[in-house]
Amino acid sequence: MTESSEITPEQVQHLASLSRIAMGEDELKALAGDLTTILGNVARVNEVVGDDVPATSHPIPLSNVLRPDVVGQTLTSEQALAAAPAAQDDKFVVPQILGEE
Amino acid sequence: MKYEDAIKKYDPVIGIEVHVELGTVTKMFDAAPNSFGGGPNSNITPTSLGLPGSLPVVNEKAVEYAIKIGLALGCDIAESCRFARKNYFYPDVPKDFQTSQSDEPIAANGEVEVELEDGTMVTIPVERAHMEEDAGKNTHVGGATGRIHGAVHSLVDYNRAGVPLVEIVTHPITGTGERAAEVAAAYVRTLRDIFRALGVSEARMEQGNVRADVNVSLRESPEAPLGTRTETKNVNSFRSIERAVRYEIARQATVLESGEKVVQETRHWHEDTGETTSGRVKSDADDYRYFPEPDLVPLVPSRDWIEELRATLPELPAQKRRRLAAVWGFSDLEMRDVVNAGLLETIEDTVDAGAKPSAARKWWTGEIARLAKQQERHPTDLVTPVQVAALAQLIKDGRLNDKLAKEVLAGVVAGEGEPAEVMTARGLEIVEDTGALEAAVAEAIAANPDVVEKIKGGKMQAVGALMGPIMKATRGQADAGKAREMILAKING
Repeated sequence: MTESSEITPEQVQHLASLSRIAMGEDELKALAGDLTTILGNVARVNEVVGDDVPATSHPIPLSNVLRPDVVGQTLTSEQALAAAPAAQDDKFVVPQILGEE
Repeated sequence: MKYEDAIKKYDPVIGIEVHVELGTVTKMFDAAPNSFGGGPNSNITPTSLGLPGSLPVVNEKAVEYAIKIGLALGCDIAESCRFARKNYFYPDVPKDFQTSQSDEPIAANGEVEVELEDGTMVTIPVERAHMEEDAGKNTHVGGATGRIHGAVHSLVDYNRAGVPLVEIVTHPITGTGERAAEVAAAYVRTLRDIFRALGVSEARMEQGNVRADVNVSLRESPEAPLGTRTETKNVNSFRSIERAVRYEIARQATVLESGEKVVQETRHWHEDTGETTSGRVKSDADDYRYFPEPDLVPLVPSRDWIEELRATLPELPAQKRRRLAAVWGFSDLEMRDVVNAGLLETIEDTVDAGAKPSAARKWWTGEIARLAKQQERHPTDLVTPVQVAALAQLIKDGRLNDKLAKEVLAGVVAGEGEPAEVMTARGLEIVEDTGALEAAVAEAIAANPDVVEKIKGGKMQAVGALMGPIMKATRGQADAGKAREMILAKING
């Protein structure tokens, strides 16, 4: 991402629909502007990064954190469903799934 | 357009994604049991539900199984790899992302040798095998027969959410022509056999342990660039895989013939009608916004660990078949019959119990298979390898001939006891009493002077005419070779 990259309202709209968030025209425009500014600022980091700094996903050089294949404490279905807005037959009730089939 | 015509006009290219659920004790990233007993939402932890504050920890056994699968498929195992978040919103994914692997799979660049039913070998290029987690299960309420369409709401059970999966992705498979559908099914069957041999999964198709997504595209000729592909999701039996590929080839050819373009999309397979229908237009990979999972550190499998696992790899099914065919001296056709009948291990056990391979094969694929078919059971339900070996030994010792052995076998199948017991109880053992045989021979000679004259005149095949009465007199228990010797001795002597 270079400083000149501009985020368009269409891109924000696409992201919003992937995220299932409804947004108005004004919001899309405002967010596109904000995101362009944020990305531009973050891109400035590139200016100080030398070739000796590799891209990293983790700040601590740690690897192979594994656990043995042994059953631990689990939730009961009552506990699992305790915070659910709605439940039926020990299952979570979710609204109608749209946009498929 | 019919499949047969489509295949003449277009060159099909297939690609297959196979998901296998690993048979670990716990889930991929949390200590909930990986099992489906109990009621809905009972095998879960806060991590299974993606509750705030919960953190994943990788299951070591799942990594081990993934490496084993990678090695068995001839893949390179990554020096280092990471997990990634695949972001999408669907209720069966409680975290709103699936923890998967993106550009750093644990295994890549392999190939699988697949044997078709007629013995043709096809090499399937494997692009990668990566680790990920399964989703929960949705039940749609209010729609017709549990379908999304028309449903008023859905119910979610997260017992399956977080179950370890390995996804195996092929490169585009070209050059299979009219056998594309058959190759697709044979490939998945081969993987199923490998998973079982490795002991990494029960690999039961009907339980959904192994699921296949089938990509199909058509092009004008093998030299043309790849056409637009469709991905038919969740095809869950070998037969369905074959049908789905055939259906897509025919459907896409029809689309192309009418001058239209194939739409790149996900399609749903319908077992009942044998058709695929349009699902969602496939999102770009970019839409999943993959990024490295910040809650999990990189995985760096040590070379020692990998070599240790390589050393534990069992002989794979295809290697085993080749080795046994050579050791046993079976022809390709004989071996194929054995494998297709699901009797390879059974015959191996029978040989281990002392039978000659040819005898073991003859009995299992012959008389036992015939009886099993009659009773609509599997051959191994009728008798054990040890019993068949014992039966073969009785024949080898000259105490039974094939005809009598079949009667003994019937007795064993009927539950009358072990072969030797049945033989004795039914009085089937070949007569060792030379006196009885001599009497029968003498009687047959006396009763058939015309036949005797022919034999004296040099017509040796006439001896056969005397065998009938001799067998009748000895109730089939005479040793035919010995009887023949006696006849000739008496007549010419």
